[in-house]
Amino acid sequence: MAFLKQYISDVYRAVSSLLKGMKTTGSYFVRPKEIITQQYPDNRASMTIPERFRGEVVMTHDENNEHACTGCTACELACPNATIKIVTKFDTTPEGKKKKALDTFVYHLELCTMCNLCVEACPTSAIKMAQSFEHSVYDRSQLLKKLNKPGSKLRAGVE
Amino acid sequence: MFSLEHITDFIQQWLYATFNPTMALILECVIVMLLVIGLFAVLGLVLVLMERKVAARMQIRLGPNRVGPKGMLQTAADTLKLMMKEGLTPDGADKFLFNLAPFIVMIAAMLIMAPIAFAKGFQIWDINIGVLYVSAVSSVSVIGILMAGWASNNKYSLLGAMRSGAQIVSYELSAGLSIISIVVLSGSLQVSDIIASQQTGWWLFRGHIPAIIAFVIFIIAVTAETNRAPFDLAEAESELTAGFHTEYSGMKFALFFLAEYINIFIVCAIGATLFLGGWMPLHIGHWEGFNQIMDYIPSSLWFLGKTFFLIFLIMWFRWTFPRLRVDQLLSLEWKYLLPISMFNLLLITLIAIMGWHF
Repeated sequence: MAFLKQYISDVYRAVSSLLKGMKTTGSYFVRPKEIITQQYPDNRASMTIPERFRGEVVMTHDENNEHACTGCTACELACPNATIKIVTKFDTTPEGKKKKALDTFVYHLELCTMCNLCVEACPTSAIKMAQSFEHSVYDRSQLLKKLNKPGSKLRAGVE
Repeated sequence: MFSLEHITDFIQQWLYATFNPTMALILECVIVMLLVIGLFAVLGLVLVLMERKVAARMQIRLGPNRVGPKGMLQTAADTLKLMMKEGLTPDGADKFLFNLAPFIVMIAAMLIMAPIAFAKGFQIWDINIGVLYVSAVSSVSVIGILMAGWASNNKYSLLGAMRSGAQIVSYELSAGLSIISIVVLSGSLQVSDIIASQQTGWWLFRGHIPAIIAFVIFIIAVTAETNRAPFDLAEAESELTAGFHTEYSGMKFALFFLAEYINIFIVCAIGATLFLGGWMPLHIGHWEGFNQIMDYIPSSLWFLGKTFFLIFLIMWFRWTFPRLRVDQLLSLEWKYLLPISMFNLLLITLIAIMGWHF
């Protein structure tokens, strides 16, 4: 008798779990408004990409053309496949001391896997992930990017 | 009122009045053949499109929407592509069997078409053992599948074909028992008689809970028999690339693909005939007004509506459930479906003998 009880409860639980799955897919079927597909080339102008999407690494510059990168190379060390190369220079401070500063932030987009480790490693939040994704070019040398804008300098107060 | 029966009667009378009986019979056969082939082509296009659209909606996607209005011509374009592709035969294959197999599968699907009543008085062959004929011929297609798997000279094909064989042999039992339970209730093997016995109500409703259980088991078993997910072990693209039709390309592959969809249509048509009253309109007890309104809907629409509802149900299964393992597949049949359907058949026999059904 215990066997029969087990058998019937097995069948009952199997059927109810299957029905639960069918309910989920069925509810999506009757609610076409929830379709998340974007008609990409058609809606290129109006398309919105989720903020968490990782398209490429960019360096944020403010209106004075200043960035927050101190040239500490934490991102370069964090990068698992040598996508980032930091070239540093020595600035002289008003007191006459020499100080290490960023010269060029070299970013190889063709090597990047968008793992976000550099952004997490950055102590001053100088770099972030952008949502742009149309990266195709005809020559791979065009994928080598300099992230700091020409003439930009370190924002005052960032150590 | 629109009726296919009048059209066929008119054509038959005209043929017999114009030609001698032999000629008229031959012409009728030609017309039927053309109709069946036409139906196959249309069904293939419609069902594949329907499947892709249903799948897309269930996975929160859009599905094909570029070729033609709302993607309606997508499957036609795909067919054109398949026709232009090269039908490759592998070097080590058994050439004759390899090329024969798709046609066997297709012919088996065509043969089952014979006793299906598409509308009132619109049936190719109202054979007096219609249901038996259907369940017998439906197992012929497994020969085609085994042939394709063996002749391909490919381990995946052979494995897929073997699995398909085991599956069809197992699940035919419970499908057969479910069919028998309706035969017990209606007391006839003839398709037209079974439909006529549902004049006052469909067997799904009249046979109480046992009929519903038989219906559920029938749907599960035919899903397995047509090798559809969650029972698509014969194809199992993640394990066997494409199972028995791995080596097929071009139009020969298209025939397998088409046969799969035709088989779905056929088993759903049989399910609709046995459990949902075929072309019989929905009648509720003594609601005369309601019943008369229902009678105004053409019987062909009733049949197609019921069939497409069942097809949708099977597609719903496919896009919801994960694939079973082989041992799970067999234990589901031999430990659950078969004992339950045997017990259920006993109950239905009791109901039929005591006249407890409505």
